[in-house]
Amino acid sequence: MRERFISTTTALLDEDPRVAVVLADISASGFDGAAAAHPDRVINVGIREQLLIGATGGLALAGMRPIAHTFASFLVERPFEQVKLDLGHQGAGAVLVSALGSYDWPAGGRTHMSPADVALLDTLPGWTVHVPGHPDEAELLLRDAAAADGLVYVRLSLQSNAAARPITPGRFLTVREGRGGPVVIAVGPVLDEVLAALEGVDATVLYAATVRPFDQAALRAALADRAAADVVVVEPYLAGTSTPFVAETLADRAHRVLGLGVSREELRHYGTMEQHIAAHGLDAASLRERITGWAQP
Amino acid sequence: MTLTTADAVTFHPTSPTFHHLGGLMSRMTGAEKHGPAASSTLDVLWVLYDRVLRVTPETAEDQERDRFLLSKGHGPMAYYAVLAAKGFIAAELLDTFGRYDSPLGHHPDRTLVPGVEIGSGSLGHGLPLGVGTALGLRAQGLLDPAVWVLIGDAELDEGSNHEAIAYAGAAGLERLHTVVIDNQSATHGWYGGIASHFATAGWSTVTVDGRDHGALFEAFTRPHPGRPHAVVAVVEPKN
Repeated sequence: MRERFISTTTALLDEDPRVAVVLADISASGFDGAAAAHPDRVINVGIREQLLIGATGGLALAGMRPIAHTFASFLVERPFEQVKLDLGHQGAGAVLVSALGSYDWPAGGRTHMSPADVALLDTLPGWTVHVPGHPDEAELLLRDAAAADGLVYVRLSLQSNAAARPITPGRFLTVREGRGGPVVIAVGPVLDEVLAALEGVDATVLYAATVRPFDQAALRAALADRAAADVVVVEPYLAGTSTPFVAETLADRAHRVLGLGVSREELRHYGTMEQHIAAHGLDAASLRERITGWAQP
Repeated sequence: MTLTTADAVTFHPTSPTFHHLGGLMSRMTGAEKHGPAASSTLDVLWVLYDRVLRVTPETAEDQERDRFLLSKGHGPMAYYAVLAAKGFIAAELLDTFGRYDSPLGHHPDRTLVPGVEIGSGSLGHGLPLGVGTALGLRAQGLLDPAVWVLIGDAELDEGSNHEAIAYAGAAGLERLHTVVIDNQSATHGWYGGIASHFATAGWSTVTVDGRDHGALFEAFTRPHPGRPHAVVAVVEPKN
């Protein structure tokens, strides 16, 4: 997905004079060609992430549409006060595009894992959060974000579904309709594992490539004909991040919710992405056991 | 109020002078602990708004305007007084300073006050925002507007400033200007002097008496081709 981010953003720089990309060395070599064509709109501030976000805010105040990019740990967590004050508090819009997510480079260890990025942004007003599950979706969502004016976070990952889905930015997509059983919301790149896990299990599956705003109407519609409101959310970041949004959506009816995702505890293991997905219980076999064991008969 | 002869000659209800700022500041109460910090910036703010910045209430939204970013948001009474003196806000608003429904907080909010370019209060945000503003103007071919950022010598402790100083020097951001109010309030001081930390990053620098309007004007308007410009305005120590 990072390659698609680079090619899409390079095209956006050609198409829209409002667009500027702001980097902190990460992925900079991918923009060498774009920097030669647009030296004033491809900005690499070096390994300075407070400045990365501060300069992004300033670019927006000057009338540009900035796209800032680095690893999620250094884009959201390290300069979090800049995200809060230099963007939101100034009333400035921007697109933040992260790479590596929660477990994309496990051999890199905890310093390069950011499972709390979406939860942190949830503490701030006004953020749209896209979690594409395929490079084609990443391109669609990135173009949608660049054309908008507000605050948008695009969370890219090495984990990917086999095929892109016909998504609409901001909406959940129904990919499987059950006659009963739980409604399972799969966020971004976990969709394939969720569908494999639920093979032969009666359940509705909603696909969320945009998770904020949370598509309340889609969840309510999926539950409309069910006597019980059992909701599972499977997210490729901190478990339970979207649980409050399910509770808010269903405040007027009794419901149960199971939030599955990355555990809060550090694993303190290296290895591969697949091993970490399994260690967090997000592989198909673990998901099947956890969801069917929780669902009411 | 008693007018001296000199005041009487220059006074006009719509164009207050420097000598009227004290009266405007006295309309604000409730931030006594910020008092000394407020007045440390008064002369610098006046010279900038009276003689240097090309921005008026009428051009406050114009893309060609000069931008002034008050990074050191603490003690904004001098800033509000100057904005009132220059017609950006009504002098009557000063009486509401800090109240629930007032646009004038003890730290400024750009979304509430006409002419205020950034919301500040947390230290170390203005210079990075100024870097981005200068980059954004340049990217749109707006090579004339100047960007000015006011910071304090103690504010310089924040590491985010040093990210911005190093990058702006390397990038040769000529339209970026910083004025550092030096009232010697940084706990550990600045070895080698404040200006040297800008100079080694490639900035043009000048250190002047922060109460001398003529010296400030000369420092603010000194040419600095190809480099950002830092003015260290030294005032009496805070303590």
